[in-house]
Amino acid sequence: MWLLNSSIGKKVVMSLTGLFLILFLTFHMSMNLVAIFSAEGYNAVCEFLGANWYALAGTAVIAAGAVLHILFALWLTYINRRARGKDRYKVSERPKEVEWASQNMLVLGIIVVIGIALHLYQFWFKMQFNEITGILPEVNPHDGYALIAETLGNPIMAVIYLVWFAAIWFHLTHGFWSAIQTLGWNNKIWLSRWKCISNIYTTILCLGFAVVAIYFGFIA
Amino acid sequence: MAKTDITPEAMEAKTQQEAPQAATQPAAKKIDSKIPEGPLAEKWTNYKSHQKLVNPANKRRLDIIVVGTGLAGASAAASLGEMGFNVLSFCIQDSPRRAHSIAAQGGINAAKNYQNDGDSVYRLFYDTIKGGDYRAREANVYRLAEVSNSIIDQCVAQGVPFAREYGGLLDNRSFGGAQVSRTFYAKGQTGQQLLLGAYSALSRQVKKGTVKLFPRHEMLDLVIIDGRARGIIARNLITGKIERYAAHAVVIATGGYGRTFFLSTNAMGSNGSAAMQCYRKGAYFANPAFAQIHPTCIPVHGEFQSKLTLMSESLRNDGRIWVPKKKEDAEAIRAGKLKPTDLKEEDRDYYLERRYPAFGNLVPRDVASRAAKERCDAGYGIGSTGLAVYLDFASAIERLGEDVVRARYGNLFQMYEKIVDENPYKTPMKIYPAIHYTMGGIWVDYELSTSIPGLFAIGEANFSDHGANRLGASALMQGLADGYFVLPYTIQNYLSDQITVPRFSTSLPEFVQAEKDVNARIAKLMNIKGKRSVDSIHKELGHIMWEFVGMGRTKEGLETALEKIKEVKKEFWTNVHIPGEADTLNVELEKALRLADFIEIGHLMALDALNRNESCGGHFREEYQTPDGEALRQDDKYMYVSCWEYQGDDKEPVMYKEELKYEAIKVQQRNYKQ
Amino acid sequence: MEKNINITLRIWRQKGPKEKGAFKEYSLQNISTESSFLEMLDVLNEQLINNGEDPVVFDHDCREGICGMCSLYINGHPHGPDEDVTTCQLHMRKFNDGDVITVEPWRSAGFPVIRDLMVDRSAFDKIMQAGGYISVNTGGVPDANAIPIPKANADEAMDAATCIGCGACVAACKNGSAMLFVSAKVSQLALLPQGRIEAARRAKAMLSKMDELGFGNCTNTGACEAECPKNISITNIARLNREFIKAKLKD
Repeated sequence: MWLLNSSIGKKVVMSLTGLFLILFLTFHMSMNLVAIFSAEGYNAVCEFLGANWYALAGTAVIAAGAVLHILFALWLTYINRRARGKDRYKVSERPKEVEWASQNMLVLGIIVVIGIALHLYQFWFKMQFNEITGILPEVNPHDGYALIAETLGNPIMAVIYLVWFAAIWFHLTHGFWSAIQTLGWNNKIWLSRWKCISNIYTTILCLGFAVVAIYFGFIA
Repeated sequence: MAKTDITPEAMEAKTQQEAPQAATQPAAKKIDSKIPEGPLAEKWTNYKSHQKLVNPANKRRLDIIVVGTGLAGASAAASLGEMGFNVLSFCIQDSPRRAHSIAAQGGINAAKNYQNDGDSVYRLFYDTIKGGDYRAREANVYRLAEVSNSIIDQCVAQGVPFAREYGGLLDNRSFGGAQVSRTFYAKGQTGQQLLLGAYSALSRQVKKGTVKLFPRHEMLDLVIIDGRARGIIARNLITGKIERYAAHAVVIATGGYGRTFFLSTNAMGSNGSAAMQCYRKGAYFANPAFAQIHPTCIPVHGEFQSKLTLMSESLRNDGRIWVPKKKEDAEAIRAGKLKPTDLKEEDRDYYLERRYPAFGNLVPRDVASRAAKERCDAGYGIGSTGLAVYLDFASAIERLGEDVVRARYGNLFQMYEKIVDENPYKTPMKIYPAIHYTMGGIWVDYELSTSIPGLFAIGEANFSDHGANRLGASALMQGLADGYFVLPYTIQNYLSDQITVPRFSTSLPEFVQAEKDVNARIAKLMNIKGKRSVDSIHKELGHIMWEFVGMGRTKEGLETALEKIKEVKKEFWTNVHIPGEADTLNVELEKALRLADFIEIGHLMALDALNRNESCGGHFREEYQTPDGEALRQDDKYMYVSCWEYQGDDKEPVMYKEELKYEAIKVQQRNYKQ
Repeated sequence: MEKNINITLRIWRQKGPKEKGAFKEYSLQNISTESSFLEMLDVLNEQLINNGEDPVVFDHDCREGICGMCSLYINGHPHGPDEDVTTCQLHMRKFNDGDVITVEPWRSAGFPVIRDLMVDRSAFDKIMQAGGYISVNTGGVPDANAIPIPKANADEAMDAATCIGCGACVAACKNGSAMLFVSAKVSQLALLPQGRIEAARRAKAMLSKMDELGFGNCTNTGACEAECPKNISITNIARLNREFIKAKLKD
């Protein structure tokens, strides 16, 4: 299977799962914004995406995408480190054309994963998971608004979330166009366009997330 | 082998009378340079129709060693592999793709006449003979012009990205010595693209198993069994091991010996050693004195300098060459008080346009080089040393715009700027002639066979097609012609009766002896344990060569050179220091082995130059010039190829003459004025 | 303008592929800023030979930036700090008096060190042998002008074909990937009608050989393009990806 045993194949898996996760983030961000305008509206969304079969199926697919993305990242990184050889450069300088993020995707990815773990514990665990298992009877799984207000109401937590979004921003500014490049949809004209689109899209996405954190942490 | 056309003549005698030959044994004459019968235009076709071939099943049983992987070597190895021969391909670089053909910039000639400007096979043939100052063999040159078109077809089929017009068809540019645009090019990297084409064909054969590569291997001797070339001794440059390789035929494609001069446009590893090994085993060395000095190189600027960088001849399409008209201006420029751009148009001397109105800046290389030297010697030179002239693009930029000039020559301009740190779009380039190519080389007949049966020489390594001066964009043509379209035919004529000869064992006494000799030579070098580095002695040799065997040669100078080269030889063999061990990677040992041969070549060049009492092409004897300083040939005495035969280390070689007969061309004084 | 500088070199010395290497320092006086980096190393070697030491081994040949033989990782950059040049065209005017210059070999599993600064790049030949050609024999080909090729395609093919196979892309890549090298060849031939016919086979064969030889994969950092002395574009990598994916989807 070429997706598993060729370097480009593995990268295609990374790209497709990555793009899929960006799509997921876009929906997630749009949903979050609702919380700023209307608590009821937000809770309605939470209920809609509760323990319903389609929401559960969706969650499973997203989880699979994320797991694949992470596993392939680790696999590829292992191969790449081996390809680098045993001796490392004593002096190494990053050329100015090279984005910092592009050479630190794994580190950024790890920060993102830690953030996800925290986020899942603080929200998903108390909402969808709680709804299915009833593990935390004192928490109303459909009152997402209250959860946000409580969690992000703590300015320290809001700052932690903002740092997380920054890591996501760095990860995606490279990841977005890089995925397109890996899929081969690139040429001399589109290279700079994709990079530009990638920056704009990621910035809008992360701003959307950040606005909610700032609103609940420092304004509401 | 009968020698009738080639007559022995002791060097010391240096008689200049017509040698008594030809008439006595006209039949044997054909055996020598083996020029086929018939009218010039039909010779090659006739040859191919009647030559002997080897059938496919037998090809597999025949081994061919090809030494060198430049245009000639790579194309020959690939073509022979395609035919089914079992090929062993050797090169000293880490990959066949790095042979010095890669550095050729400007282009490759072919008589396609795509531009509808009156080109034809005959005209290309004529220009090449005339450009070579009537010292090349007619039949060979005609064949070269004849196959030139197939080369372009072949390269395009291989994916060589030649420059194209907007209509999708191939573009051409002009080169020196021609009044038509017949040069195909790929930016300023034509040699690179052609070599990569040949290299890819070679790679394909490696995959198929017909060619086996031996990179980082250097040939150190030729093995002869019963009078035929049957193998080589090579040194594995990584392990230092001396290895034996046997084959039914050996092809030498190792390029020229320009680095005898130390400073040249050749690569650091380019050398003449394989040719010298063949020479010492009995192959004639032809026209060693014919070395080309390229007019447009970046000038020398310091003792530390290791090589000279060529600026493509294609630059002379649009660039104009000049020096100041007044000596005081030249002096002011040398002192750094005056900038070339400040000099008014009427104070500039576009000396090539002045002297050669018909060809202007596109005169052949030897003419352009000498004209530059003449101006500099007369005190009009520029640059800190006074040994440079300007190559100016100001008027081209005005006429075409900077963008067009950038599209045509961008990579060359960039290279110039990186080396000299001046912007050639703003200020004229400084250039000066430098050693670039050697027309001389191993003597070959029409079949590209040397005087040793089974030993062939192709590309720059042989002497055949360029006479006393090579035209620009013809080296690539000749290398590929030999490798793709000539040798693969002619070698079969030799191999056809070898099909019953079984593969040779490398434990035959001839191999053992050859290896012993090589080891002895290496041991001798290692045991000198003197005080001087190889390079320091090489530089000394280079200075002698440039001063006395360079652009302007005289009898006295050449005699001095012979003396001085002898001293260098003695110094080398008594005082060179080679650090490290012989049985491992040892770069200094590699260089020393090559220098030992360069010293011999230098000697041979001076000897040949001294013998040739005339000026022709790149060989300019100051005693022989026309009143206005042009080369003056002595056709009645020197219309021959001088073929030198080795007689032993401490004996002078003997020279034989291969008389040149011009049947299709009227021999005349070269004229680039009208 | 020309001047002389004094420098300290910190050079990687390694006896053989299996042996342990280490940096060694050398100081050099009065180096002309007009000399090239390799000419400076020549001066060093002359000095070493005169002192009875082993000269530093490094690959070099044409010294005009085209053969691709010279390498060297100088002060953190393949081919040194200057733009768009190979080491042989790097000049000492890029350095200052008193500089410490660190010189290392290409470091990648695909390019084992042979000695000192010389590495084995034969893996590139093997990748080329896997399919970096158009399968035509000598002779029997159509006239060169039989198939017109759009100038834009020919020019782009030429840009890709300028690759000199030096390996700076691999040296610069934190993944030790040879994608820029492979993609340049695949691209050149895929852009030309003559090479189009075998494009799918070529992309698959060359890539699988690259993987097999232990080179890493591309994470699109663009370091290869930034350090490439011939400015080969990473859009070639996109084309290789496209050719490869298309080929695999068709299988």
